Amino acid sequence: MTTLRINGQTHTVDVPEDTPLLWVLRETLGMTGTKFGCGMALCGACTVHLDGEAVRSCILAVGGLTEDMEIRTIEGLSDDGSHPVQQAWIEEQVPQCGYCQSGQIMSAVALLEKNGNPSDSDIDAAMAGNICRCGTYQRIRRAIHKASGGAR
Amino acid sequence: MTSTFSRREFLVTGISAGAGLTIAMQLGCSPAGPSGPVTTPFVPNAFLKVSTDGSVTVVCGFSEMGQGVLTAVPQLVAEELDVEWSKVSVEQSPAGEAYFNPAFGIQGTGGSSMVRGSWTQLREAGAKARAMLVTAAAARWGVSIDECRTEAGNVMRRGSRDRLSYGDLAEEAASLPVPETVTLKDPADFLILGKAVPRLDVPDKVTGKAGFGIDVQVPGMLVAVVARCPVFGGKAARWDEAAALAVPGVRHVVTITSGVAVVADGYWAARKGRDALAVQWDEGSNAAQSSARISAELASLVRRKGIEVRREGAGSAAQAGTTVEAVYEVPFLAHACMEPMNATAHVEADHVTFWGPIQFQSDPGGAFGGGAREMAARIGGVSTDQVTVHTTMLGGGFGRRFFLDFAAEALECSKATGTPVKVVWSREDDVQHDFYRPASMAWFRGTVADGTPVSWVNRVACPAILPGPPGGLDDSSVEGLANFPYRIPNVLVEGHNPALGVPTGFWRSVGSSQNAFFSECFIDELAAAAGKDPFEFRRDLLDNAPRHKRVLETAAERAGWGTPLPEGRARGIAVAESFGSYVAQVAEVSMNDGVPRVHRVVVAIDCGPIVNPDIIAAQMESGVVFGLTAALYGKIAIEGGRAVQANFDTYQMLRVQEMPVVEVHIVPSTDAQGGVGEPGTPPIAPAVVNAIAALTGERIRRLPIVS
Repeated sequence: MTTLRINGQTHTVDVPEDTPLLWVLRETLGMTGTKFGCGMALCGACTVHLDGEAVRSCILAVGGLTEDMEIRTIEGLSDDGSHPVQQAWIEEQVPQCGYCQSGQIMSAVALLEKNGNPSDSDIDAAMAGNICRCGTYQRIRRAIHKASGGAR
Repeated sequence: MTSTFSRREFLVTGISAGAGLTIAMQLGCSPAGPSGPVTTPFVPNAFLKVSTDGSVTVVCGFSEMGQGVLTAVPQLVAEELDVEWSKVSVEQSPAGEAYFNPAFGIQGTGGSSMVRGSWTQLREAGAKARAMLVTAAAARWGVSIDECRTEAGNVMRRGSRDRLSYGDLAEEAASLPVPETVTLKDPADFLILGKAVPRLDVPDKVTGKAGFGIDVQVPGMLVAVVARCPVFGGKAARWDEAAALAVPGVRHVVTITSGVAVVADGYWAARKGRDALAVQWDEGSNAAQSSARISAELASLVRRKGIEVRREGAGSAAQAGTTVEAVYEVPFLAHACMEPMNATAHVEADHVTFWGPIQFQSDPGGAFGGGAREMAARIGGVSTDQVTVHTTMLGGGFGRRFFLDFAAEALECSKATGTPVKVVWSREDDVQHDFYRPASMAWFRGTVADGTPVSWVNRVACPAILPGPPGGLDDSSVEGLANFPYRIPNVLVEGHNPALGVPTGFWRSVGSSQNAFFSECFIDELAAAAGKDPFEFRRDLLDNAPRHKRVLETAAERAGWGTPLPEGRARGIAVAESFGSYVAQVAEVSMNDGVPRVHRVVVAIDCGPIVNPDIIAAQMESGVVFGLTAALYGKIAIEGGRAVQANFDTYQMLRVQEMPVVEVHIVPSTDAQGGVGEPGTPPIAPAVVNAIAALTGERIRRLPIVS
């Protein structure tokens, strides 16, 4: 049994300890907003927050997690898309296929919670682990600046 | 609207849609609905429904893979219905004849065809519904329909303050006959078409609620991971079934057409079970195939006479002047959709239910092997009317999901186990078992005299995607080459379609993805041989190709062609038509330790009358990234008959820090419509390579640039 603290709620799951958090979220708990993209922490589609840090849930075995660690997923930002980063994503019409966007948004939120006014190079550093095959990077950059209140 | 689709477009094109079906998952396109007793009495055709609260639901038969159809289809309907955009929601159709493209008889999404194919059909669907609502209002008031007009979801009585909402009229309109003919709006009166209305699918794509195929959950469902022979065409010979079944959570090991499937409670158990199978493969006849052998075969073919697809003047006869000869080559490419291939099926005795991110729902004639509906009927042993197909959101498509190998796996696994089964591919499965953009080689010999080209001889060797007619070529292998736009007096273009033992498929912009690279680089080589500016050289050869010329001039002007750049930067230009649209691009490039850095790309597109300028801009941005990724990094190498690359560490994608500024200029046009999903891709590789040649003097003729 593993006890996890996710979006402020406690969940106890009975899965093998080597099971990646990604599959516990998606299959055991039915929280499918977090996506499977590569299984090797190469694409960022599975990005969630662990104690405020953006991490790749596809390589994070649940056996290494404890209930005093706070996990936050896309479902934990808002139910209605009202989080400022989600709003900026809507205003800039960022998503195309949309599959990578949960991970993109979680990486962007982690960045903005540490750095309220990121430069382009700060954005590059924070977002380099998130692939978008539709090529929405230009709009992602604009949306992060918009969410930060930056003038650009 | 154009009706001159090529044979290839016939195969990959289709309108889809179906009666209003409630699918088991949220597609994520509906505004918050009212909670009162709302009914939806008015369903005048397969494409729209009007509720008593005045809300309108448009039914979309095309697959949404990022290109914006779940917004563009409703725009076409809502414009003619004359309803406010905020009242419009969209839902995905089932597989059904109502949504087939009448010209093609299949339901599928591809060939950048939606707007061209549906422009009139969907506008008429909205206009006929509007006419019925007007008739209902006129009857209520006891006046002629000429005394009525519509505005924002209401029928208004001229010369009075009387108004009736569409919701009020829905029940009465439903009892009226559908008009045979209807007058469409004058484009000058458009309120929704041609406007950058917000996408209907975006809100649920920022909350994680949008339902992709991989998110499907069905009660009692198991998850399968399949072991497939790494060598194309090989088969499983022996495997350790007991070892797989010993993994906790593994329920079944079943043999299916594509390999050995491990069916478990969830993905992780299935994945571990597959690893435990330790399959021994019978690798078959392709086991010795390699990139080196493929290159040698293509090189041998481009030196031999091929099938002629274009001849003008004296053909290949030598002409006086300066002659340039060059060979270009590109590798196989995987699609690498962000959502790995997956599908879910439940095969029961008298019904099959299928859920999946697919581009090909139905092909009742079976001319192309059947879509998902026909495949489900065949594997399930039922008739097609005992099949329900749910198309989910697609996490990228790019042509990959027209091929339904992954759907067959889910159907076979469900049939074998008697339970609903979702098949999920790993990223490695996805990259190593694709239907690849073909590897291709092109030989050119061109001659310039007095500053202008006098001869263009071109031979290409490229495997077919679909077999050509007897004695002919697959059109896709020579598209863009057989119809290159420049006025040159003596031309010969030939091709070969060798079989190379590697599966091939439609990859965003298909043959134009490589052929624009070949021809738009070689025309630059001829410009250099003629001592001419590459923009001016092209422009002067385009008198008979006004749409090419206009986008070329627009891109050059907006990019400041000929104006000074910072030290170490240069511009390159390219223009190509594909899928009926004309796109020119100017790339600004510098080199950093031998690796190009693309700073800015200026795009000009003429796609005829438009639906949504922001979606067009997004598709151009997207097409540039897709083509630039391939130009810089894209390569599937073949060794031992199998794909070498497996995940994003070896099959590299463009990332945010490499993203150029992309500026899109839509050229106003009333010419024939073209698509927008694919035409942004072809010009970027030659624009970048031409810029590198301008900067360094070195001409790159083999992609990818970074090896």
